[in-house]
Amino acid sequence: MEYIVLVITAVLIKNILLAEYLGNCPFLGTSKRMDTAVGMGLAVIFVLTIATAVTYWVQYLVLEPFNMGYLQTIAFILVIAALVQFVEMFLRKFAPPLYQALGIFLPLITTNCAVLGVAILVIRREYTFMETVIFAAASASGFTLALIILAGIRERLEISDIPHSLRGTSIGLIMAGMMALAFFGFVGIDSSLKALLHH
Amino acid sequence: MSLLREFTKGLWKDIPPFRLVLGLCPTLAVTKGAETGLGMGLAVIFVLTCSNVLVSSLRKIIPRQVRIASFIVIIASFVVMVELLSQAFFYTIYQSLGIFIPLIVVNCIILGRAEAFASRNGIVASALDGLGIGIGYTISLTVLGSIREILGKGTLFGADVMWSSFRPFAFMVEAPGAFISLGILLAIMNSISSSSRS
Repeated sequence: MEYIVLVITAVLIKNILLAEYLGNCPFLGTSKRMDTAVGMGLAVIFVLTIATAVTYWVQYLVLEPFNMGYLQTIAFILVIAALVQFVEMFLRKFAPPLYQALGIFLPLITTNCAVLGVAILVIRREYTFMETVIFAAASASGFTLALIILAGIRERLEISDIPHSLRGTSIGLIMAGMMALAFFGFVGIDSSLKALLHH
Repeated sequence: MSLLREFTKGLWKDIPPFRLVLGLCPTLAVTKGAETGLGMGLAVIFVLTCSNVLVSSLRKIIPRQVRIASFIVIIASFVVMVELLSQAFFYTIYQSLGIFIPLIVVNCIILGRAEAFASRNGIVASALDGLGIGIGYTISLTVLGSIREILGKGTLFGADVMWSSFRPFAFMVEAPGAFISLGILLAIMNSISSSSRS
């Protein structure tokens, strides 16, 4: 039951892009067209979930037993970079259609701060492994949801008459702000949901 | 003369995050107030200058195929230094920046400068490039942080600056305010540069 609250919090209330400020460079970079937004979103769901599960074990099986917590940043970024490379090779060999769809987005994910951000967040919040995997998948789905909504808005904006200096990233940011404002409306549903589940 | 230009281009011509639209996450997240914006900027100046110098001095040794991984390791080492130093000496700033200190590793500005500039230029030029871009980033973060803090809380660096009956717009210090104020600042920069060109 707590897992449902965790998912709803990660997707809607504390959306990783619109409330936690993680992963905003690809959010604005790949939201100009719907097909790139869908490709990026799927690649993030895939990589973020695997990467967070792996870094969880790196933290608790390698770094903490050997008292090397201060190396967390270096260790995590190296694990993520290696993992992205590995996922890319694996997909090219065993799932060519998926590789075709996600291929160009995979290298970009290494420097997507949502991946490293979620990996560090689950350690700081001391989640269990189950919670970690669910939180990671839900955060990545929230990322994809926001990215696809923004891509839809920006495709419409292409054909509308916008003042010259607002075009491009500027109007994209303002639209993201409007979306963040709309997502503010979800604040508080987690407590009422908790109350509902306890009855 | 050209060295001076490497330094000053970061202050207006290529000022991040407005001209180089990179490093948006920390820009949005830490500009709740002027002080955290300034703290983040100083951390970025340190990491960017040091990593530019080291990347530039190793540019002939690092093989091309593994250069990105090597750059990330170099950057991550300096970020860990910032993390430990700020934890020891600037604990309040360390706490308010939170997760965004380790995330300097994936700030695209730093990797971007390592790849686009430091791996192709001499040590002095790279140091000046890092310093200039870093100072430009600090100025942007401090200005954005000041605007949001003044409108959202009525204070600047924690001191009251608005008249007593001023009602702060709380949404300016939350996520929507971050996106909208950055978008509007970007539009203002665009219109200034297009009117100065014509």
